[in-house]
Amino acid sequence: MGYEFSSLKSLHVALDSKRVSAVELATHFLDRTERAKDLNAFLHIDRERTLAEARLADERIVRGDAGALTGIPVAHKDIFVTRGWRSTAGSKMLAEYVSPFDASVVERLRDGAGMVCLGKLNCDEFAMGSSNENSAYGPVKNPWDTQRIPGGSSGASAAAVAAGLTPAATGTDTGGSLRQPAAMCGITAIKPTYGRVSRYGMIAFASSLDQGGPMARSAEDCALLLDAMAGFDERDSTSVNTPRAREPILARFSTAFALNANAGAPLQGIRIGVPKEFFGDGISADVAERVESALREFEKLGATRVPISLPRTTLSIPAYYVIAPAEASSNLSRFDGVRYGHRAKEYRDLNDMIERSRAEGFGAEVKRRILTGAYVLSHGYYDAYYLQAQRVRRLIGQDFQEAFKVCDFIMGPVAPHTAWKIGEKDNDPVAMYLEDIFTLGVSLAGLPGMSVPCGFDGRQLPVGLQIIGNYFDEGRMLAAAHQYQQATDWHARRPEGFA
Amino acid sequence: MELHPDDLKRIARLARLARIAVSEGEVPVLAGQLNGIIGLIDQLQAVDTAGIEPLAHPLDVVEALAQRLREDRVTETDQRDANMASAPAQENGLFLVPKVIE
Repeated sequence: MGYEFSSLKSLHVALDSKRVSAVELATHFLDRTERAKDLNAFLHIDRERTLAEARLADERIVRGDAGALTGIPVAHKDIFVTRGWRSTAGSKMLAEYVSPFDASVVERLRDGAGMVCLGKLNCDEFAMGSSNENSAYGPVKNPWDTQRIPGGSSGASAAAVAAGLTPAATGTDTGGSLRQPAAMCGITAIKPTYGRVSRYGMIAFASSLDQGGPMARSAEDCALLLDAMAGFDERDSTSVNTPRAREPILARFSTAFALNANAGAPLQGIRIGVPKEFFGDGISADVAERVESALREFEKLGATRVPISLPRTTLSIPAYYVIAPAEASSNLSRFDGVRYGHRAKEYRDLNDMIERSRAEGFGAEVKRRILTGAYVLSHGYYDAYYLQAQRVRRLIGQDFQEAFKVCDFIMGPVAPHTAWKIGEKDNDPVAMYLEDIFTLGVSLAGLPGMSVPCGFDGRQLPVGLQIIGNYFDEGRMLAAAHQYQQATDWHARRPEGFA
Repeated sequence: MELHPDDLKRIARLARLARIAVSEGEVPVLAGQLNGIIGLIDQLQAVDTAGIEPLAHPLDVVEALAQRLREDRVTETDQRDANMASAPAQENGLFLVPKVIE
């Protein structure tokens, strides 16, 4: 059929001109998913439900009521709750859970944009992890090398897009969970400014950090998707409704560099801050080299390079691994085996029932984070850990603002290494945490961050370039990434065996 | 691995606070991992943060956004059945738990 690696724009043209119907497209992708079961990307598929949504989309197209995304398939990370579809958060705790409502993001993409849901995607349990090995439903495989992890926590979202099982997916990012898997699977993703995309119906991990966003094959596709996902939602108490937040993303995306477009140097005047801390000892030579050549490409497009410093980059790791577990331990206290979720079969009394239900329902990493959270919030430790981490969080945010005085974007690697082997870092949580070094600061500061494919290492594994913007500058970041993708074809490469 | 008695006490205390049953067999590995994590987060102690206010909402770095409040009125419809559909045990619209008072 040939639509599996098409841009959203060309899918729209095909649907709009009736060359293909939404039902045919959905069927095509469902069939591909069926053949790629070994990746373990999908946790729930329901053909009839998908086709029913596709028929509604086809009716909208016939009525002339279609938007740019109507009839295009999308798959949701199983952190977004969905009516009718399973909503497990990758946890045994929610294996039998039936959500009485849809997440705002799900609602907007289906009812607003007219996208067709292909199913629910595997992820690290409660979005806690950097490898997608923490899912109660088994690890997800990287389509570029099925012995390797796809990254996490939105690992299956990235793998499914990379393998052409869906043209678009949703993901969530608390400390890098959109950007890092996108980098490891060679796709494009953007974590928006905190408060840009509604958290309503996103199963909570760390509420002051969690942010949903799109994953797709290009910056242009991500712009279309983010425009449809974002916007004020009164059901999310931290949804932002300032004039800046209300500016349409797509309009900014289209106009940002339009004036310079014919000059051959569309990014003229753009200053790229390159933090020296992002190119230190711990980073693989291949990654450093790929990112360096991406920076040279941006210079060819007219941008200039400014050396900057983000002096607390290393400190973002301990700050994050205090704040995120603290919030997680509070958020996950709701799982008590009483109102919903797993309940142990045998117990002595109420307290024993709760303790056993949680021991059985949660996986090892989730338990470690809850216990860490309990520790840093406990009497005698709260000031030393939790408040201290929040103070360091402010310093990290201020460091970024200092940097943005001299540059428009900050660029560097998304992760210090490419995808590692499944099982390689399984029993060493701290080694896994250290891999998050370049994404955590952005999350703590609540800034938007992108991952853009910028080449391959010696093993033919994808490398991601991180683009960090200031608050609410997503439209311009996506536009800059689009210029880069017009000049390069890394984002268009496909993994062998899925092409 | 050699386990310090303080590690055992700490795990027992945290398990109780977090309401997660930890079996004896899990303790050695868990204690080692938590010690590793605590070693990592202890790096924060060396940072001078005198005079720095803790940051809870990330956008407060650039502008203090007032916490949005809404009018105190009922905004949800009654969906008791749907909301209770995933309860492990229920009767007459009530959640069932083991007897607490004899």
